[in-house]
Amino acid sequence: MFIHKMGSPPWFYNFTGKFIPWLWLIFGVLTVWGLYLGLIKGPADYLQGESVRIIYLHVPAAWMSMLIYMMMAIMAFIALVWRIRIVEILAMTSAPIGAAFTIVTLTAGSLWGRPTWGTYWVWDARLTSELVLLFLYLGVIGLYNAIDEPRKAARAACLLSLVGAVNLPIIHYSVKWWNTLHQGSSISLLGGSSIDASMLWPMLIVAVAAKFFYAANLLTRARVKLLEQDMRKGWVREVLKEKN
Amino acid sequence: MSAQVAGGSLSGAFFALLRRDLLLAFRRRTELLFPVIFLLVVISLFPLGIGPSPQLLARIAPGVIWIAALLATVISLDALFRSDFEDGSLEQFVISGHPLTLISLAKIVAHWLVAGLPIVLLSPLLALWMNLPTESLGVMILTLALGTPILSLIGSIGVGLTISLKRGGQLLSLLVFPLYVPILIIATAAVMAASDGLPYTQFLGLLLAGLITSVTLAPFAAAAALKISLS
Amino acid sequence: MSHLPFIWAAYSIGAVVLLWCAVAPLVHKKSITRDIRRLIQIEESSRDSNS
Repeated sequence: MFIHKMGSPPWFYNFTGKFIPWLWLIFGVLTVWGLYLGLIKGPADYLQGESVRIIYLHVPAAWMSMLIYMMMAIMAFIALVWRIRIVEILAMTSAPIGAAFTIVTLTAGSLWGRPTWGTYWVWDARLTSELVLLFLYLGVIGLYNAIDEPRKAARAACLLSLVGAVNLPIIHYSVKWWNTLHQGSSISLLGGSSIDASMLWPMLIVAVAAKFFYAANLLTRARVKLLEQDMRKGWVREVLKEKN
Repeated sequence: MSAQVAGGSLSGAFFALLRRDLLLAFRRRTELLFPVIFLLVVISLFPLGIGPSPQLLARIAPGVIWIAALLATVISLDALFRSDFEDGSLEQFVISGHPLTLISLAKIVAHWLVAGLPIVLLSPLLALWMNLPTESLGVMILTLALGTPILSLIGSIGVGLTISLKRGGQLLSLLVFPLYVPILIIATAAVMAASDGLPYTQFLGLLLAGLITSVTLAPFAAAAALKISLS
Repeated sequence: MSHLPFIWAAYSIGAVVLLWCAVAPLVHKKSITRDIRRLIQIEESSRDSNS
């Protein structure tokens, strides 16, 4: 019953609109708390110095980049099998958010690498996989935007994201194996020491905060997409009138 | 979609057409990113195929970056005239009485702004990925800034010739790559000379000469090619 | 070398990217509501001229 209601655009629009502000609030509180613990109260690493503080941004962003792809793939599967328009929209609007987190992961990782290991970029297994993940995201976004008819575009891009999801573990392990083959630079930019508890907590808090960011941003984008696609429908006109 | 080219003055027509092409490109903003993403993906394939050894990457960096630029340009060239050809606007331009040379030049400039300039702007990132020695980064950017317009100019001739063909895009690469060989050779020679600390300005001079020559001659050839294709 | 500029740069770039990510749909929403209002105007004016 709930699922059926969720499928109705005006119901979805109005329902989600109510708790988006709360999601942002929780995100804000958790982020401030986590970053305070990590950046101000937390210790600097005795090996890496202050730059280790970048991990409070880099690691949660990396986790999100992979989580969002997984969510996108699951929603893509549901959308393709059950043809639910809302799920199509949710899957497709996840892609830019995932791409944003991937970009943050790559830039933060690069800036962490320079002071810590002396180089901005190294073709190690994790960074290379993350870069390939970015390309997969960009492909989904590109395909979705290239096709004019929205539902056809969504179906095509959902299929693409599923293909990417199946490929992702294969890509990840082949890049790992490639990296062990070419042992030029054996430094892994993401590998290394075990994490101390005082560093683990801020990271986990920021990671949870990031999930709220995703939820809030995803619902916002999905609602806007619905308005756009249903521009000529009655419920959109009602919504506009209510806003005035 | 046919456009109204401003009547009368030549420069009016040129800028009107340039604005129209840029507007059309911006309407589909995500498509603007395709050449950029292509470039990034192609460059990433090289370390994956050859191994991440920084010394090896550094040695092949000038060639790899330039070849990626060539590939990205050829792919985006087809879009240069194709959509106008398919909806008939191209024929309207030919009939319009404005010199086809001018029209070609406007489209070439639009193409470079949308496809060539991003290559120049991205080159520092590509240089980082390919471990290009920092001494030659400036020369790399210069060769791309001088060379990518030449690629657009010469490429437009090939596009003009193949525009009416069904499989025109594939034939285009065949036509245009031989013409690109001198640019590739001179540009990579410049960058490699700069890495080794050898003089490189003679190569840049050659590129500049090539640019001036193509700007003056290529639009005429492209216009002639278009007239043949549309006849 | 001081690590501070790198930390600043990392967090600033992260903030900019995520801020843009959060704000972009709101900007888009404004342009859509503008389009919808224009649509309503066109429909009402054609309705008035027909009746």
